[in-house]
Amino acid sequence: MSIKLTDDMLSMLPDTRGHFGAYGGRFVSETLMDSLMTLEREYLRLKKDPEFQAQFDKDLADYVGRPSPLYFAERLTKKAGGAQIWLKREDLNHTGAHKVNNTIGQALLASFLGKTRIIAETGAGQHGVATATVCARLGLECHIFMGAEDVQRQSLNVYRMKLLGAEVHSVTGGTRTLKDAMNDAMRDWVTNVDDTFYIIGTVAGPHPYPLLVRDFQSVIGRETREQSLRQAGKLPDALVACVGGGSNAIGMFYPFLTDESVELYGVEAGGLGIDTGKHAAPLSAGRPGVLHGNRTYLMEDENGQISGTHSVSAGLDYPGVGPEHSWLKDIGRAHYVSVTDDEAMAGFHLLTRTEGIMPALETAHAVSYAMKLAAEMDKDKMIVINISGRGDKDINTVAQLDGIKL
Amino acid sequence: MSRITGVLQALKDQGRKALIPFITAGDPAPDQTVALMHTLVDAGADIIELGVPFSDPMADGPVIQLACERALVHGTSLRQVLGMVRTFRETDDRTPVVLMGYLNPMEAMGYGAFADLAKASGVDGILTVDLPPEEADEVAPLFTARELDAIFLLSPTTTDDRIRAISEHSSGYVYYVSFKGVTGAQGINVAEVAEKVQHIHELTALPVAVGFGIRDAKTAADVGKVSDGVIVGSVLVDTIANNQDNPEQLKKALTDLLHPMREALDGLAS
Ligand SMILES: Cc1ncc(COP(=O)(O)O)c(C=O)c1O
Repeated sequence: MSIKLTDDMLSMLPDTRGHFGAYGGRFVSETLMDSLMTLEREYLRLKKDPEFQAQFDKDLADYVGRPSPLYFAERLTKKAGGAQIWLKREDLNHTGAHKVNNTIGQALLASFLGKTRIIAETGAGQHGVATATVCARLGLECHIFMGAEDVQRQSLNVYRMKLLGAEVHSVTGGTRTLKDAMNDAMRDWVTNVDDTFYIIGTVAGPHPYPLLVRDFQSVIGRETREQSLRQAGKLPDALVACVGGGSNAIGMFYPFLTDESVELYGVEAGGLGIDTGKHAAPLSAGRPGVLHGNRTYLMEDENGQISGTHSVSAGLDYPGVGPEHSWLKDIGRAHYVSVTDDEAMAGFHLLTRTEGIMPALETAHAVSYAMKLAAEMDKDKMIVINISGRGDKDINTVAQLDGIKL
Repeated sequence: MSRITGVLQALKDQGRKALIPFITAGDPAPDQTVALMHTLVDAGADIIELGVPFSDPMADGPVIQLACERALVHGTSLRQVLGMVRTFRETDDRTPVVLMGYLNPMEAMGYGAFADLAKASGVDGILTVDLPPEEADEVAPLFTARELDAIFLLSPTTTDDRIRAISEHSSGYVYYVSFKGVTGAQGINVAEVAEKVQHIHELTALPVAVGFGIRDAKTAADVGKVSDGVIVGSVLVDTIANNQDNPEQLKKALTDLLHPMREALDGLAS
């Protein structure tokens, strides 16, 4: 079942209470409501404010280095033996991932709101680094919450954040990964709500976060659309992006939602395999529930307790997903699929060896799926993979998995 | 009249204040919860807030997080918690029980099924930490139809418009969160609480109970003076953690904590 989306329909989503159909909303304790309502009001005002938008665009150009290139991957295309594969190079952004598009936007919001203390959660550490970076640039106090397990497997990024002047809080509660980092960030926010701005790293969380993060990340899809028309003379036939919380995917998809001919593929972390239960693929194998302020597909047990997740990539190791993706799944506009740890590792090596581009392990999931997809498509078709980040941060993990001691 | 309203009205008529202890169901183990509830009543509880354990208790500090973890190690489910209330009701049909927890376990059970089972088990009120009234339009009517009180939170950041709107959605009492923070933190400022609660009283006729940061008899009395009741949580849960291997000692420790609070609150009446 797929309905034709129009600009009019999209302009009503989310609705005034932050709902995308049955998903999204604002499920938080009362203390945060006033802040969220202020943030929503101010953001909706600033969204239309030319001065704010001009500053955002300028920062993306001069500081992040946008636009990021759209690159035709000739050798990868040959290898797949089907559709042309193009790469949207978010890995070339300052700090090495798409995450910075959002932190630039939210830090700007924080400044407009007069907040001086910034908090953020992080999984892979990319969002933490991107947040610490913009805080260093603006002279803002920065606290990063990170699951103790992720502190271990992303030690390089932990050190980067510290070099940038951030305080990194290792979270030992729960499963010690991204969801627990988000819990502790929420706890900090409720305690310091007066002077603190919470920069959420993905399109999850309570309204208006899924909205504003999507808006900030949509620059990816807007550029891709323009570059495709200019460089390939047409729109792509398919877009492929990995989905953790879903920010790089929604940023890529959103400007194409009304282009019916463009198929959208979100790739979740299949971990050890969906049937093992050890994965992080709520859209593929979960059901709707409420976590971290919004209703969305979740990984949970029959009693509504959130399940532990597993993925080789810390940035996908999250039991929920942005509510707009849940809606896109239900209306059939986007396809959600999964790729295992092993397949992602193969994708990592493949892109590295064939194109000299080392992707983040998160991104490697998208690469792996795109290879399968391309092989099934005709040679005159065009796929764009969102290369959401570079793989430097994952070198230790890759070496370890390949049994190599550095 | 609901059991909660009845109890609060009776206290008010006597010029007394409600003592409302909170414990997490299933902590330290599911088979101890009903006995602990009776202990709370014997020590002077007027209403019991029974926490439903959740894997991701975002509004709670470390003490109640650990209580959730202890309960979940034993697999304590919402269904089992309702069973505990049912057992408690076999020997106590006076003391109101309010379930306090997060939305997802209720959503997983299904709101209709949950409301039915809660009513049948003898639950009196439902307080869902992450459910503001704006999101409650599906759930709240199910509670009202079964005469379950829907209890919502007010906080230091709640504006007057919201205080009015939230009170309109509430029955039984409203729960004023005394400071910006998570459960178990230090931070209560009695003068600020007094001012805000007085203001809330001007905006709603519902009783106002105050929770967060009440750990001893003196604070209980200070807050009781300006409100209709006090909710005591983390200090009890901490006591449970510290005495989890010795049920007799635990019973005594909980009683030693609550008794002075009861006396201090009742001292206000004279
Ligand atoms: C490079 C990269 N890609 C993808 C993700 C997943 O996040 P999202 O799904 O929000 O894009 C992360 C998260 O840390 C990341 O670092």
